[in-house]
Amino acid sequence: MKPFTLDHAANAAAALSAMGQGATAIAGGTNLVDLMKLQVATPERLVSIRRTGLDSIVPDGTGLRIGALVTNADCAADMRVRQDWPLLAQAILAGASPQLRNRATTGGNLCQRTRCGYFYDTTQACNKRAPGSGCAARDGFNRIHAVLGTSDACIATYPGDMAVALLALDAVVLTEGPFGPRQIPLAMFHREPGDDPTRDNVLQPGELITAVRLPAPTGGTQVYRKVRDRASYAFALVSVAADVTMEEGRIARCALAFGSLGTVPWRDSAVEAALVVEKPSPALFDQAAEILLRQARGFGANDFKIPLAARALAATLAQATKG
Amino acid sequence: MAPTLPTAHVNGQPQTLPLDPRRTLLDWLRHDLGLTGTKKGCDHGQCGACTVLVDGKRINSCLSLAALHDGDSIETIEGIGTPDALAPLQKAFVSHDGYQCGYCTPGQICSAKALMAELAQGWPSAVSADVAARPIPTAEELRERMSGNLCRCGAYSNIIAALKEVIGAEALA
Repeated sequence: MKPFTLDHAANAAAALSAMGQGATAIAGGTNLVDLMKLQVATPERLVSIRRTGLDSIVPDGTGLRIGALVTNADCAADMRVRQDWPLLAQAILAGASPQLRNRATTGGNLCQRTRCGYFYDTTQACNKRAPGSGCAARDGFNRIHAVLGTSDACIATYPGDMAVALLALDAVVLTEGPFGPRQIPLAMFHREPGDDPTRDNVLQPGELITAVRLPAPTGGTQVYRKVRDRASYAFALVSVAADVTMEEGRIARCALAFGSLGTVPWRDSAVEAALVVEKPSPALFDQAAEILLRQARGFGANDFKIPLAARALAATLAQATKG
Repeated sequence: MAPTLPTAHVNGQPQTLPLDPRRTLLDWLRHDLGLTGTKKGCDHGQCGACTVLVDGKRINSCLSLAALHDGDSIETIEGIGTPDALAPLQKAFVSHDGYQCGYCTPGQICSAKALMAELAQGWPSAVSADVAARPIPTAEELRERMSGNLCRCGAYSNIIAALKEVIGAEALA
């Protein structure tokens, strides 16, 4: 690791002050420390936010407010989350390992970087790591890469599971920063790469996630389906988060989000609109997949993700609509 | 009074944390404290050989900066048992041949100890049919809950047998 200084912030104000002077926040560090070892990330100054007290889960009206420092393990073990937002618990538990979930935090998980191999290899071209150097993934080993939301500059996926569930649940990211507090809907939080893949999300320099807010429980049937190369402890090839309410044999309401398919956690209102008020059937699910994937584009080794996403969607909807 | 130096308790003993913030918890335990039972496998949080318990919770010590552990209680394999006084999990790993080369074993045992605490607290897993229900420690549950520890010798089935014995004994106690 490159040398750096480390400060310990006793509260959010102290953390924001250090971040205003250029410090990078560290919480669990499960992704950042790895990136620092590989010198993909070379911060000169870190500020630990572990002791800032942002580590509780509290009711928020009819919803729930999950502090930025709540570990993934604690969030998935919380009985309120398990009973009223089971999709979130399922998605978190589908990710990483128990050891990582004990250290990884809610805020940090949202900010985790892509697992594109070229991003991690400093000898390779990567516009996300070294702007203007090119994208080695386009014509390289791109089996895990995105088929939606890509640009000429970058085809890397956002790799996480938690954010996919949060997107389907209409969660909101709460931040504090140099310009005051902000409430950023999850759907607006991650950025497609466009011509600036260096920025994965809309956080401004010096801005800190303080919590994630879940709106009132929907009472729907919630399913997180993750397809991957091994049964556990692997990133998704494709994942589907579904929250579906049935009424009299028809889909009354549905929210669908997709992981590792796009450059960002992916949600498409046209897919949901095609399903609502319809009776579930294999033909309907195929139609929904066609809408989802109408703009999808593979880069060779990841072409399989397009039919895989269609099948994963159909399987998830079959499970979520069976009542 | 001199200011208190940042300190963590390791296997019950107070230890001053390293000054270099780059020191990982793993390197501090192994190189500075000589606790070489904790192993460095991949050093990237992908194998679990470096698993230790921090305030009773299992983590990958390779991905954690030691300087972030001020005030924490850390337990390593050296704190779980000794050759003369094996912990029940260690005895079960021996009697079931839960290893071949043994390199992953300290991490496996630390992980298994925390797994038992997580089960006792009713934590669900990715294979729990209902995340809101109390989990039942089936072989499938144990395999999922041990998936953060790789064993390249492939002693997995014997590791699960060892765990089942200890968890079964606990349930009867």
